[in-house]
Amino acid sequence: MSESYTASRNKFLEEVGNQTSFMFRFFRNIFRGGFDWGELVRQCYIIGYKSIGLVGITGVILGFVLTLQSLPTLKDFGAESYVPRMVAVSVVREIGPVIIALICAGKIASSIGAELGSMKVTEQIEAMEVSGANAIQYLVVTRIIACTLMIPILTLMADALALVGGYVGNNVGGDVSAVLFYNKSFSAIDFVDLIPSFIKSIFFGFAIGFVGCYKGYNSDRGTESVGVAANSAVVSASLWIIVIDAIAVQLTSVLAYN
Amino acid sequence: METGTDTKAKEKKQAANDKETVIEIRHLKKSFGSNEVLKDINLDLYKGENLVVLGKSGEGKSVTIKCIVRLLEKDSGEIKVFGEEVGAMSDAELKKLRIRIGFLFQSAALYDSMTVRDNLEFPLRKVLKLKDEAEINKRVEDVLESVGLPDAADKLPSDLSGGMRKRIGLARTLIVNPEVMLYDEPTTGLDTITSEEISELIVKLQKKYQTSSIIITHDLSCAKITSDRIVIMNDGAYIAEGTFDELKESKDENVCAFFKQP
Repeated sequence: MSESYTASRNKFLEEVGNQTSFMFRFFRNIFRGGFDWGELVRQCYIIGYKSIGLVGITGVILGFVLTLQSLPTLKDFGAESYVPRMVAVSVVREIGPVIIALICAGKIASSIGAELGSMKVTEQIEAMEVSGANAIQYLVVTRIIACTLMIPILTLMADALALVGGYVGNNVGGDVSAVLFYNKSFSAIDFVDLIPSFIKSIFFGFAIGFVGCYKGYNSDRGTESVGVAANSAVVSASLWIIVIDAIAVQLTSVLAYN
Repeated sequence: METGTDTKAKEKKQAANDKETVIEIRHLKKSFGSNEVLKDINLDLYKGENLVVLGKSGEGKSVTIKCIVRLLEKDSGEIKVFGEEVGAMSDAELKKLRIRIGFLFQSAALYDSMTVRDNLEFPLRKVLKLKDEAEINKRVEDVLESVGLPDAADKLPSDLSGGMRKRIGLARTLIVNPEVMLYDEPTTGLDTITSEEISELIVKLQKKYQTSSIIITHDLSCAKITSDRIVIMNDGAYIAEGTFDELKESKDENVCAFFKQP
């Protein structure tokens, strides 16, 4: 029991040390010369543009479902006019960034983990290093920065589409004009809602990119480890998103709403 | 009075002294946990020669050449390349050294998301930082011609056979004109005919590009075709050295075991 505890503790500490060292390598390589802007744009295209469909549909359905679920309860209190405000505030402040980040963790972190993992297994990363190229800068820095840039943009897009979904949901059983719905929605949202949410999604993007790259770049040999890298990338990134969200909510409560 | 063997040994030593040493390894040791893979490796690679390292699988042949380019960190010992201690190099010095050394991986390690042309252009653009498109194109065409695949530029690695992948891997390594080539099992997984073709290609390209090479293999046919000199590795250390014909006649049991292969 005691031995198993010690082994687990040592493994945990080793993992923390490795992740810290990997993060240090990431930051050190951002400021080194020879940054590959072309690869960054390519990664932004893959991570951002190719996720638009999934994120867009998720955003619309998110607003639609939230409206349909809350409408009957608010109707009981005669407060159905509060639906647009409620949807806007809950999506922009909390549900939008977190759900989109979790969706992206599943799509992007796993894809990065599997890609870099298979490159490791087939010695492509070693080939890059031994050729004199900076593999961390080319493979890791570009992917993490692309995630950090693209996830907030995708989140904003999903927030906007969630309001469209909310409008549709509100009109399933009722008749609310678009102008009225959006007026009420936007009247409930302030910059104090948007800014913390935007900053939070930047950290979510960083976590998704970082965890995906770390798990893939440090995967073991053997084909099984590619699957392990992809899977653990999703699990760890999701966990990080929840932890960051908890911290962000506390900070926002203290700094923005007090 | 000197015997014939003494004279031969002296001649060999004299010849070795006359040659310029490119890689010098002394008392190299490397372990993975409790598994001591390299126990005491001493090795010299001379300029312009093809040195074959023969040994069974798992003896640490690949570990040795990975230590040379610091893909693996040695535990102790000395590795000097072009007279410089590899272990003491900064990142920038190591990068410069790696540009001078070509490394062909067992699996060829082609970047599978890129076409053959992109694979070949990668070291030119990202390492040598070449901007001149005409020069890049010329180098790509020349090297593809050299490895006998002039029409493969637009193919993806997944469209290539094992032998073609090795050729492209070789082309990608040679495109930056390295002074030293390290081959990790260049003929593993290939049929006999393709294996011989690759071995002959190694010799042809060594002459064309004037490289010095270490070839890690357990393929006798490859060793016979490519070697100027062979060292045999057993149990984490080198046990014999000589030309293919000299070692073939050896009475040492461990050496004979390699030449008994069908």
